[in-house]
Formats: sequence, structure tokens, C-alpha cells
Amino acid sequence: MDTLKKYTPETWPAHAEQVTLEGKNKFVGFWLFLACEIVLFASLFATYLALKNKGPAGMEFSTQELYELPLAFAMTMILLTSSLTSVYAMYHMKNYNFKGVQLWMGITVLLGFSFLCLEIYEFNHYVSLGFTFGSSAFASAFYTLVGTHGFHVTVGLVWITALILRNAKRGLNLYNAPKYFVASLYWHFIDVVWVFIFTVVYLMGVVG
Amino acid sequence: MAHDTPVVTRSAEQQKYYRANTKAYMQRQVTNFAIMIFLTLIAFAAVMADFSKNLILPLILLLAGIQVVLQLYAFMHMEEKDAHEIGVVTMFMWTGAFFAFMMFLAFVTVIWW
Amino acid sequence: MSSRTQKKGFGATIWDYLTTVDHKKIAVLYLLGGTLFFVIAGFEALLMRIQLMYPENTFVSAGFFNELLTMHGTTMLFLAAMPLLFAFMNMIVPLQIGARDVAFPFLNSLGFWLFLFGGLFLHLSFFMGGAPDAGWTSYASLSLYSPGHGIDFYVLGLQVSGAGTLISGINFLVTIINMRAPGMTFMRMPLFTWTTFVTSSLILFGFPPLTAALILLLFDRMFGAQFFNHLMGGNTIIWEHLFWIFGHPEVYILILPAFGLFSEIIPTFSRKRLFGYSSMVFATILIGFLGFMVWAHHMFTVGLGPTANAIFAVATMAIAVPTGMKVFNWLLTVWGGSIKVTTPMLYALGFIPSFVAGGVTGIMQATAPLDYQLHDSYFIVAHFHYVIVGGIVLGILGSTHFYWPLFFNRMLNETLGKITFWVFFIGFHMTFFLQHFLGLMGMPRRVFTYMPNQGWDTFNFISTIGAFLMTAGVILLVINVIITTVKGEPAGNDPWEDGRTLEWAIPQPIPFYNFRQTPLVRGLDPYWIEKQDGNKEGMLYAEPLGDIHMPNNSIVPFVMTLGLFIASFGALYSPLGVADDSRVWAIPVLVIGLAITFGSMIYRSLKDDHGYYLTVAEIEEIEEQLYGKKGGNK
Repeated sequence: MDTLKKYTPETWPAHAEQVTLEGKNKFVGFWLFLACEIVLFASLFATYLALKNKGPAGMEFSTQELYELPLAFAMTMILLTSSLTSVYAMYHMKNYNFKGVQLWMGITVLLGFSFLCLEIYEFNHYVSLGFTFGSSAFASAFYTLVGTHGFHVTVGLVWITALILRNAKRGLNLYNAPKYFVASLYWHFIDVVWVFIFTVVYLMGVVG
Repeated sequence: MAHDTPVVTRSAEQQKYYRANTKAYMQRQVTNFAIMIFLTLIAFAAVMADFSKNLILPLILLLAGIQVVLQLYAFMHMEEKDAHEIGVVTMFMWTGAFFAFMMFLAFVTVIWW
Repeated sequence: MSSRTQKKGFGATIWDYLTTVDHKKIAVLYLLGGTLFFVIAGFEALLMRIQLMYPENTFVSAGFFNELLTMHGTTMLFLAAMPLLFAFMNMIVPLQIGARDVAFPFLNSLGFWLFLFGGLFLHLSFFMGGAPDAGWTSYASLSLYSPGHGIDFYVLGLQVSGAGTLISGINFLVTIINMRAPGMTFMRMPLFTWTTFVTSSLILFGFPPLTAALILLLFDRMFGAQFFNHLMGGNTIIWEHLFWIFGHPEVYILILPAFGLFSEIIPTFSRKRLFGYSSMVFATILIGFLGFMVWAHHMFTVGLGPTANAIFAVATMAIAVPTGMKVFNWLLTVWGGSIKVTTPMLYALGFIPSFVAGGVTGIMQATAPLDYQLHDSYFIVAHFHYVIVGGIVLGILGSTHFYWPLFFNRMLNETLGKITFWVFFIGFHMTFFLQHFLGLMGMPRRVFTYMPNQGWDTFNFISTIGAFLMTAGVILLVINVIITTVKGEPAGNDPWEDGRTLEWAIPQPIPFYNFRQTPLVRGLDPYWIEKQDGNKEGMLYAEPLGDIHMPNNSIVPFVMTLGLFIASFGALYSPLGVADDSRVWAIPVLVIGLAITFGSMIYRSLKDDHGYYLTVAEIEEIEEQLYGKKGGNK
């Protein structure tokens, strides 16, 4: 089977993820999926913007007072760094250094996991203040937007972990190279969305 | 269809060049990362410093835009012109971004209330 | 070799279809599923027309009328028209571009099962405490307080089948981008492939807002969120915006493939190249793009203000330009052609005036001040049925005749086909033409009955007679299908004798790998070019005969979808829901269903599926079985 052939660093193609037809299909298909995700998140963002600070008469929460900006900043830094680590993984994939790929992907997962923990902590904190999912339209919109992002992070973590475990014993080939590449694309996209969440939800929320 | 992929072996010299290239590529990416961190810092600082709202809002949106373009073109390799059907992909991504922009516009202007 | 083994047992056939990843078999499944829902939704329409036949009729109750109304609209758009068009896309697009299968055969099968189970789930509502009753638009303030589980069925059913549609959309896009045969450049693609491409892009960008809107409604109804509850700061207009940001592209998702189908039928039977090919492509893209810029014309009366209304009115009118280009191109294709009036051509010729009528009333409604008068009246009903029946349904029926030989290697009876056309066509105009006037006379839509002596009685009666004629037309088509299945002769290669594109060049019956050698395309209408050059085989080849890589069949898509189907029942009876008849088993069922789905996903990712290779010897053996020693394109 062609896709399972063993390569050496000298024979490994520069764009290993786009050599086979399956790889090309995955590449284009996944980009199209991301284009569709843009519109999905745009819907949630737009809903959030429309419902921002809207609640029952006398609601005590507003974006200015609620958000913990330093925490959101820390989360941004962690996620941005995890984006860089997955670029490192792709760099090692170009050099046919499978251990490097696994290592950097592993670091990405760890960073992503710490991001997720901070997000859970943040949600927990807000809920303990009484800002629960059903307490106002604002709360529903906030938790749905940020929670959908968190759900994407969770999916990404499970996915990349599964990739690392599944391929641990067999090394790089043209069959799994597109899988790693596409997973890293997904991870960058999560970061893109978070950049907007940080700006539109947190920064603009604090500004008012 | 193209299921038999020809195996091309790089000579020692070529391999050296290839490695140097990927290394330079990685260095560029680290620079991009530094820029992104820097932009985030500026946005964060501008908000913390409590500048005028009319200054901050356009500034942080612009910075976010730059970061996203960096992510897409550098980290996600949309800049690589020889990538497979990257033109079509770019068109779809920007069309999606345009529709997203239309939705923002509509939801902040004509949500009747 | 699983998909090749010709076991003839009934069980084996069922298993084959449950596990198939072959785009041609999935097309047949889509055709069957779509027809099932088409018949159900048509029957619902008939019941509604019987109710409206006389003033103050009591044939059905008001509540049941609302359910019929909602289910008719929802089913026709999501579960009948789209799957039927998907059947043609699945069957024809890979053949037209010279591909052996779609880009993701596994996802193709997954998309079909998601659609089917979503549709079945939605229809189970009739037997489980009432169907949804808030209209196919399901406006949030109304749907939020709808008692019972009807709306929950709507939300979950559409979510599941919508996921299937999205998957299929991405699949078609990648197929068209990546799998074209050598020489098949974008500007040589047949128009049906082009419209499939644009339609799939619309699905790609149009379905996420629906997904988002359904999630919001689901959270509101089942998990206590407050998106649409104005007392808690919510805003029902958000639903309307999100729904129509999806809903308007949706009508183009439906009509563009029908345009594409007619753009195949008309040149074939005019025996002439399609007039203005590049302007047709341009118009298709423009319609697709503008389709996203006009959603608020469904909301003129909401009160968005004169500025917004004016912008959306002008944008809406702009769509008439590319659509007009298309109509003129069809007319000029027919003009001066050597016309053969077959059944598909009859449908195409009937389509042009009917669709133009629907389009013109659309422009009337684009004028916002006039829309204030027409809004929520039968004029609107007449308009969109002229577009949908006059455009999409005629397209589907016409292409059923046109492409039947490609699907089943049999020709439908032409005489019966023409009778079917006239019965259906007359019935259609009889039903809906008068509804324009009913609307102008003030009859509101979505009402279950009306008072006598308002001048509406005769028109409503005639309208119902028309509905019976349309039913008769569909029954005639079914009879035609049965007759053909029982005693039809094999249609053979290029049965219409004037096929222009690659799908007609393949020998019948089509082997499961489509092309033994990938064809080489030399221009627009490749089969026509080869015929003109006297090439007996109908195509040139881009590669020598070699081993063919094929995907393995898989039951996983079916199981994956079954899990979601089960989980939907759990979510439906969630203890947090609006309706107060939660069940203790709700959460366990939800968990079990999701576990099945995720389990099969994990199974899929852990077990490598590399497909298999069909050797040259096997190909030759298959072809000998299919075509005999000398047959086929040897």
C-alpha cells in the first residue's frame, strides 16, 4: 500500500499532507469546513452583540463589572502559545522528525488543557456570583458563545490526543500526515476564534 | 488518479538546503508569534489604561484583524501559493468572512428593539 | 471486494444498501427517501386543500391544520426537494466530471443516513403527542410557547438532517474541486455541475446560521436559556434574522440545481450548444452571492426602518438581473435549435413561463411598500408555489424522466410521461394561479377556514380541484415507474441519442467504478465533441487501463446516525424542558445515544480503512459479465 510506505528524511516530500488524493481531499474539505465554522461563530457573535447587557429589569450584571480581564488575558496568552507549539509540530513534520511532531503536539494538548481548566474556573466563578445560564438573555448568549468555543477546544483536545496515541507506534507516513496537518489547522482556527472572543467579548465588554 | 506518488530523493546538498529552508521558515513563524503577542499586549494595555472609547474600539478591532490575518496566512499556510487549490480555499475563507461581517453589521444595526 | 460480490438474496441486498458508499447507490437511496417524504408532504397539502374547499369546513380541526401546514412546508423543503436534488447531484456530478466516486464516500453515506433519520424523527411527532405547529419558519415567540413536544421534534429533527446536508455540501464541493478528470477545467464543467458547486457553497454558508438558530431555540426550550424571552432581555427578532439568513439562501439552494437540470435538458433536446455558457456560469455565481444579501426582504413588515428596507429592496430586485440572463439564455438555446419535444423537454418548456410568473411576483414583493399589502396573504402562497412547483418540482419531475435511464437503465414511457406532464401542469396552474387573486382580495395565509360570501368560495373550490389534478399527475408518474420496472427493456447507451456530457458516454449498466480509464476532456460537452469526431467509444482516455483504488463499504455511518436518533429522544424528554412530561429515562437515553455515536466515531478513527485495489483482471471479468465479450467501450 502506497500510503503506508516508509520514508527517510531525504525522500519525505515537503508538502506530505498534499501528496495523495486523500490528502488533497482532506486539505480542501477541512478548509471548507472552517469557512462554514466562520459563519457558525459569526451567528453566535452577532447574537451575543445583540443581547449584550440585556436582561430582566434590574439585572445587576454588566460586561464592565463582570469580566475578569487579567484572567482572559492569561487565557489568550496560553492559547496563542499553543498555536505556536502546533506550528513547531508541523515544522518537525516537514523534517520527518516524528518524535518532534508527537512532542510538540503533546505540549499543544497540555496548553489547551490548561486553557480549558481556566475557562471552567471562570464559568464556575461567574455562576457562583449568580450569573447563571438562564438568569438573563445576556448570560445565555455569553455562555453559548464562549461555551461553543470551549466545546471546540475539548473536541480538539480529544482529537489530537487520539492522533498521538493511535500513531505512537507507527511513525509518519502519507496516510497520517494529512491527519496531523488538518488537526493543526483546526487548532489554529480555535485560536482565531478566541482572538475575536478576547477582543469582542472581553476587551470591548470592559470598555463598554 | 494520482495514487502512485513518485519518490524523489534529495541529495545531501539538497537536503542541507531543504533543512536550512524549513529552519528559516520556523524562525519567521516565531517572529510572527512575537508580533501576535505584542499586538495582544497593546490591546490589553490600551483597555487597562482606560483611553478614550473612540480610540480603543477601532484600535483593538484593527489589532484583532491583523492577528487573524497572521494566523491564517502564516500559521495556517494560506500564504503558500503552491499549496493545493489554495486560491479556491482563500476565496471561500474570505467569502465566509464577508458574510460574517454582514451579519455583525445587521445585528448591531437592524435588530429592531 | 465487498461491493462487487453479486449475492442476490434479499437480506444481502438490504445489507448492501445499508453499508454502501457507492455514489450511484446512495443516489438511489436519496431518490427513495425523497420520494417517500414528497408523497407524505403532498398528502398533507391535499388534506389542507380539502379543508379549504368550502367555507367553514370541518374536515380537519384548526390545531391539526396548523400541524399539517408546518409539516407540509418543512417536509417539502428539507426532506423532499433537497434529497431529490441530492439524488441527481450524487448520481450525475461524479459522472459528469469523470470521477470514480465522490471525494468522501464515507461521508456521503453518513449524510444520507443523517437526512433519513432526521426526517423519520420529525415525522414520528405525529404519533408521539403532536407535530410541530408553528409554521416552517417556527418564529420564536410563537414556537417558544407551543405546548407539547412538536417544536422539540422540529428542532432536533432539523438539526440532525441539517448536519447531513452540510456534510453532503462539503463533499460535493471537494469532489468538484479535486476530482475533475484531466482537461475538465472549471469553465468546461457542465452547468449542472456548476449549479451543484454554487448550491453546495450556499449550503456551506447558509446552514450554519440555521444550526445556530436551532441551538438557541433548543437551549431556550429544553435547557432554560433566555434568548427569545423578552422578559429576560431576549429578542425574538434574532430568530427571524438567523432563520432568514439561512432561509433565503435555502430557496436558492433548491432552485439553482433545478436551473442546472434544465440547462442540461434544453441543449440536449434543442440539439444545440447551451447559449451563453459563460454568462450562465456568471449568473449562477451572482445569484448565489446575492442570495445572501437579501434575507431581510422576508422581514419588511417587522419594522426594521426605511433605510434597511430600502437597501434590501434594491438588493432583492438586483437578483432579477442574473435570473433574467438565465431565462434569455434558455430561450436563445431553444431558438433555432432542432427541437425534439420529449417529456423532459416538455417539462423544460413548461418551466420557463411558470417560473417567470413566479419571479415577477417576487419582484412585486421586493417593493417594500407593496409588500406591506401582500404580506401574509395568499398572494405570497401563490408566489412561492409558482417558484417552487413551477421551478423545482417541474425540474425534478422532468429530470426524473431525463435521467431515469441513467439510474436504472430503463426508459420511462414517453406517452404516459406527456400525459403526466399535462395533468400535473394544468393542475398546478389551476391550484395556484387563482391564489394570487385570493391574496389580493384579502385572504390571509395560514388560516384553517374562512367565512362564506366574501368572494373567495369559487376560487378556493377551483384551487382544490387543481390540487386533485396534481395528485393525479403524481399517481400517473408512479404508475409509469411501476410499468417500467416490471416490463421495461434495457435502455442501453445514450438512450436519448443526443447526450452531450460525459454521463451519457459511459456504457450501461454503469460499472460500480464508473470509468475503467479516466477520460480526457477536450472541451465543453465532451461526449458531443467525440461524437462529432466520429469516436465510437465516446471518450478519450487520460490513462492506460490499470488497477483501480476503491473505498470499502461500511456500516459505521448507519450506526453513528442511529446513535444520534436515539439521543434525540433523550434530549426531547429532558427534565429541564418547557413541556412538563419529562421521563426518568431521558438522560440515560441521551447518554446511551451519544455513546453509540462517539463510539462509532472512535471505531472509525482507530480502524484504518485504506480501501482496496481492483486489478485489471477483475475489471475485465466484470466487464465481460456486464457487456458480454465484445460489448462496452473496449
